[in-house]
This record gives sequence, structure tokens and C-alpha cells, in this order.
Amino acid sequence: MSHAKPIATLRSATGIPTGRLAIWWVLASEVVIFGGLIAAYLMHRLGHPEWADAAAVTNTMIGTVNTFVLLTSSFTAVLAHQAAERGDGKKAAKYLVFTIGGALTFVCIKSYEWWYEISHGYTITSNTFWSFYYTMAGLHALHVIAGAIIMGVVAFDAYRGRELQRVELIGIYWHFVDVVWIFLFPLLYIAK
Amino acid sequence: MADTAVQVEHDHHGADAHHGPTGILKYIWSTDHKIIGMQYLFTGMFMAVIGGYMAYVFRMQLAFPGISVPGFGQVSPGEYNSLITNHGSIMIFWVAMPVLIAAFGNFLIPLMIGADDMVFPRINRLSYQIFLISALILLASLFVEGGGFGGAWTSYPPLSAVAEYNLTNLGSTLWLTAVALEFVAFLLGGINFIVTLMNSRAPGMKAYDIPLTVWMIVIASVLFMLSVGPLMAGAVMLLFDQTLGTGFYDPARGGDPILWQHLFWFFGHPEVYVVLLPAIGFVIDITATFARKKVFGYKIMLYTAVATAVLSFFVWAHHQFVAGIDPRMANVFTITTLLISVPIAELLFVMIATLYGGSITLKTPMLWALGFISTFLLGGVTGIFLGASGADIYLHDTYFVLAHFHYTFFPIAIIGTFAAFTYWFPKMFGRMMDERLGKIHFWGTIIPFNTIFIPLFMLGGIGQHRRIYNFEHFPELAEPWMFTLRQIATISLVIMLLFQFVFFYNVIKSWISGKKAGDNPWKANTLEWSTVSPPPHGNWPPAELPKVYRGPYEYSHPDREEDYWPQNEPA
Repeated sequence: MSHAKPIATLRSATGIPTGRLAIWWVLASEVVIFGGLIAAYLMHRLGHPEWADAAAVTNTMIGTVNTFVLLTSSFTAVLAHQAAERGDGKKAAKYLVFTIGGALTFVCIKSYEWWYEISHGYTITSNTFWSFYYTMAGLHALHVIAGAIIMGVVAFDAYRGRELQRVELIGIYWHFVDVVWIFLFPLLYIAK
Repeated sequence: MADTAVQVEHDHHGADAHHGPTGILKYIWSTDHKIIGMQYLFTGMFMAVIGGYMAYVFRMQLAFPGISVPGFGQVSPGEYNSLITNHGSIMIFWVAMPVLIAAFGNFLIPLMIGADDMVFPRINRLSYQIFLISALILLASLFVEGGGFGGAWTSYPPLSAVAEYNLTNLGSTLWLTAVALEFVAFLLGGINFIVTLMNSRAPGMKAYDIPLTVWMIVIASVLFMLSVGPLMAGAVMLLFDQTLGTGFYDPARGGDPILWQHLFWFFGHPEVYVVLLPAIGFVIDITATFARKKVFGYKIMLYTAVATAVLSFFVWAHHQFVAGIDPRMANVFTITTLLISVPIAELLFVMIATLYGGSITLKTPMLWALGFISTFLLGGVTGIFLGASGADIYLHDTYFVLAHFHYTFFPIAIIGTFAAFTYWFPKMFGRMMDERLGKIHFWGTIIPFNTIFIPLFMLGGIGQHRRIYNFEHFPELAEPWMFTLRQIATISLVIMLLFQFVFFYNVIKSWISGKKAGDNPWKANTLEWSTVSPPPHGNWPPAELPKVYRGPYEYSHPDREEDYWPQNEPA
């Protein structure tokens, strides 16, 4: 895997490390993807007051627990970043594993929730509220899973003291995944 | 590519020598930005040939309804729909985007900013591979049961969402998947371009020392990135409508078909400027070089491009003037649409002002650049009619619209590409192109192009609708003189396509036996001309990466004997 880095990668005309710059642009592109979806949902929601009945079915309790799980996992991602700043790869890896644990818990709770709703007849084709519900939460869950996998790779390297700057980058991404959920939670669970 | 290959191999510098793949893998598994640029270029050209062939088939059907088209056979209505849909999709997503942005962006950005590669070479390679897969999926969709998707490149639901309407169950899903994958490829590539420009410029290169070509490609990448997101979300929703049976776009089930139009055009109209800006960049660079004159108003050009990009987010609903939007909304979007013609006119005036008083040489690239200015001008002017909602209600979905956007897209995607290709060919392959063949090709393209679309403007003016399989079915559109105009257009198209053989012959001949180009055949200032042609992997020896001392357009400086002043030459 030894890969000679081009000189271009080592330059920094802006003073911001290349990886951090790139991750912010990735997030910018993600913002418009989720933004498009959320805007489309809002336009529909305003035109369909009867969706409140469907929204009443979603389990706010489970949503709250999941919000708590996700926020806690972001906290350990921050601790991992701090450890990486100090150059302590082993500790960074440990905290990242906690964060991965949070991601897995989130996905497990989400699976139970979906299983419960689907078995009670609320599927993606039930009506357009449920279509949005599954599409938005599904796209978000996909980001959680992808983030957990990448975090595994970063933790593996960090444990061996390699590529410690990546701990920060995956942390930035993880906070974004969190923020998206903070938007989805009130839209899909709380607003009745 | 053989010639480049040998060069690249010889000049491999130490740091990279141990990991570079060898043999044929070097071309399909390389992380060198120039090889990836070539991959995009040749894939795009291959797709252009397919798109051109499709245009030939359906134009023959329109001019001579029902004939057995040589090289295709009789065209059924379903095939006709699939041909026009895929012609549009291919020319925009698999020709204009990969060639203008990805191919020239990859090839030129590191060279023009004095870097040895992109900042993420492997992501760059991944970007091309995803793009290639998307192209293969699109081509495969033409051969599945039911044929390729035929619901137009804009893919409006419910036609695109419901298999009972479009009759291409698998074809439409594959089409949508291919488009979405193609977006992913350009997002990856675009982020790479943006970060490379921001961070990896040569020492001394300040914001106003960056060549306009690079600025334009990067502004276009930002624009693409910020506009494509909602359509990605929309594509997922359409995919679920097609495959899972959701009702996002079905009003009977609480959805809204107009939503797709908003999501599509929120991307689709900025997309016009995404492909326009790189072409503008090439043309202004070429104009400055062949007029031996500093660009008139570098900063005006740059700020105007940014203004265009910002404004382009507020014009999309002019595509929906007849879709039942609120007339007050139509007024707002009429104003924004007419406003955006101001920066575009400014860009063209900058080009013309750069020509003024220059010492102009009419080499092939310059001819293409001038061809761009004159034809794009016509495209822009006819857009004013369509931007005004009052006129658009009559002209909407007629051949007037079709001729208008071909007068914009053809200069952008075809003329702009030929300008850039003939200008940078010496750098890409180390040899000069044949001037005589180049000029024959230029005139053989530009004249038939006009005789294709001027008749179509006239037909559009009398109300001839788009996407009609056979005009004989409509007596008011089946007058003999109308068929004469259609036949003029079709015969011109055939002539234009035949002249492209001159181009391909010229490329192959020049590649094999063209005159050696040397480092800087056009005596231009930008950094790519300071290395050997073709540049080796790494572009410059690592110790000799260029430094920048001045802007890119210091031509005919009064204090100098030479009429050019390379950016990397110490004062």
C-alpha cells in the first residue's frame, strides 16, 4: 500500500490541510442533497395537514433515545480527536470504537423501530408521509453505516499510530451525520 | 496514445517508479491526472459518436418519414423516443460534462497551476471508473427488453415513473441509475478540482495569477456541486417510484409531479452554466494567445463568472412557464432570466474587446474560438425570447426552443471542445495538428451547423412541436415547404457528420507523423507550456516545479523584446 504522495498533496496555499478542506466540500455537497430532500418534504408537509395523523404513529420515545445515542457518539468522536491531537493513537482508536458502538446501537434501535412499524402495516408505500419517512431516515442510516465502516478503518490505522489526522476528518463527518438527524428528528417525530 | 505512453515511461521520475502499474494497466489503472484526462476525453468522444449517430437516425426519420434509414433500418415510434432521449442525455451527461470539465480539467488544472498531480490521485481514478460504469449502464439500457428509456432527457413523471406509461420498465431504471452514478463521479472529481486549485498552486501564484480556464472549470465544479444535490434526492425518489411503488410524484397519492420539474431544473439550469464556463475559459485563453494581447478585464471576467453562477440558481422556473405555476412567480423568473443575459453579454464583450487592436493570427484554435463567439451570441440572443414568459408561452416546446439550446450547447460542447483540443493537442501528444485539414474541418462543421438549425428556428416559429415522431400525422405541419426545410436540416447534419472524419483522420495522422511541437509552439504564457510536450508523469522534475512571478496574460509588454512573458520566468 505504499503510495508515493504527489507534491501537490503536500502543498497548502490556503494554510488549511488538504484533507480538512476536502471534507468540508464533501459536507457542502451532502448539505444540498439532504437540503433538497428536506425542502421537498416541507413543501409537501405544508400542503398536507392530514400527514399529522401518520406522524402521530412514529415513536417519539425511540426517536429521543436514538438522538441521545447519536449525540453521545459524537462526544466520544471529540474525545478521539483530542487524543489524536496529543498523538495518542491508541486512545484515539479506543474512543473511535466507542463511537462505532454508538453507531451500531443507533442502527439496531432503528431496525427494531422499522420492523415494528412495517409489521403494523406502515410501509414505504402506505402514503407519501411514510415514503418520505423511510427515504429520509434510510438515507441518513446509510450515512451512519458508511461512517461506522470508515471509522473502523481510521481506528485500525490510528491504533498503529498512522494517519492520525484522519481522526479529525471522520469526526467532522460524524458531526454532520448528527446534525442531519437533529433536523430529521423534529420533522419526522415531534411535529404532529 | 502509444506516443504519450512511451514518453511517460521514459520520464517516470524516481518517487513514482516503484508503484506505477506497467503495460496496458498503465492506461486503465493510472493515477496520473493526464492519463485520466485522456480516458475521459476518449470516452467522451466515443459517446459523442454514438450521440451523433442517434441524431442522424432520428433526423432521417423526421425529414423522410418511414424510410429505412441506412445503417439502422425503419424507426418505430418507441425507438424514435428512445433515440431522442438518449441523444440528449448522452450529449449533455456523457459528452459535454466529461470532455469540457473532467477531461480538460484533469489535464489542465495541475499543469496550469504548476503542480505535479491532483491532490487525490486515487479518488481521481475512482471518479473515472464510476463514470465508465455509468456509461456502460446507459449503453446497456438501450438493449434491454422494451428498449431504452424514451421519456425525454428531462424525464418528467408520471411518464418516467410509471412503467405502464413509458413501456420501458428496465430501460428507465437503468437510465436513472446511470445518470445518478455519473453525478457521483463528477462530485468526486469536482471536489478534487476545487481542493487542488485552493491548496496546490505553485509558489507565488496568487488568485489573480490563475489562468481563466482553471478559474472557470473550478467555478463550474462548485456550481455543479451545489446544484446537483436536490436532483440526487429527486432521483432517489423517482427510483423508488419506479421500483418500490411509492407515490412521490403521483398526485393521486399525495405526491406532486411538478416537484420533479423543480428539482430537475434547479440542477438543470445551473448545469447550462456548468458546461458554459469551461468553454468560456478555453476561448478567452485562446483569444489572448492568438491576439497577442492581455485579456481585457481579467477581474471583470472572473467576477462576472461568479455573478453568473450565483444568478443561475434563481432562473430555473423559466422552464415551467406552461406547467401551471403562479403567474406572479413567472414574472419573478422572467426578470431573473433576463438579468442573467447581462453577465453573459459581458463575458462576450470581454472576448471581443480582447480581440480589438490585437495582432490576430487565424490558426485553427483561433478559428474555433471566433466560431464560438459568433454562434453562441445567436444562441444567447434567442434565449431572451424564451426567458420572457409572454413569448415563451407560445414558443414553449417548439423547435424554436430546440434550435435555441443547440445554438448554445453546440458552441459550448462541440466548438469549445474543438478549440481546446486543437489548442492543447501539441501539449497532449507532442505534435502539431495539420493546419489545412484543421481548417477544412472547421468550415465543414460551422457552415452545416448553421444550415441545420436556422431552418429549425423557422419551423419552430410556425409552431412545430418537439418530440413528434412523424409530422405526416399532423396536416398543418405536413406542407411540402416544411418538409423541404426539414430535409435541408437533415442533409446538413449528414454533411457535418461526414466532415468529422476529416477531424479523426487529422488526429491520427498528426499523432503519428505530425511536426514535433516543442515545449511552447504558440508562445503562450501559462505554466503548462514550460514543461516538455507531452509532459512526463509528475509534469516537471520534482526539483524544478515552476514558481510564478506574474499573471497569465502578459502579451506584447512594451518593455520586452519578446511579445510574451511566461508566468514562471523570473523578472
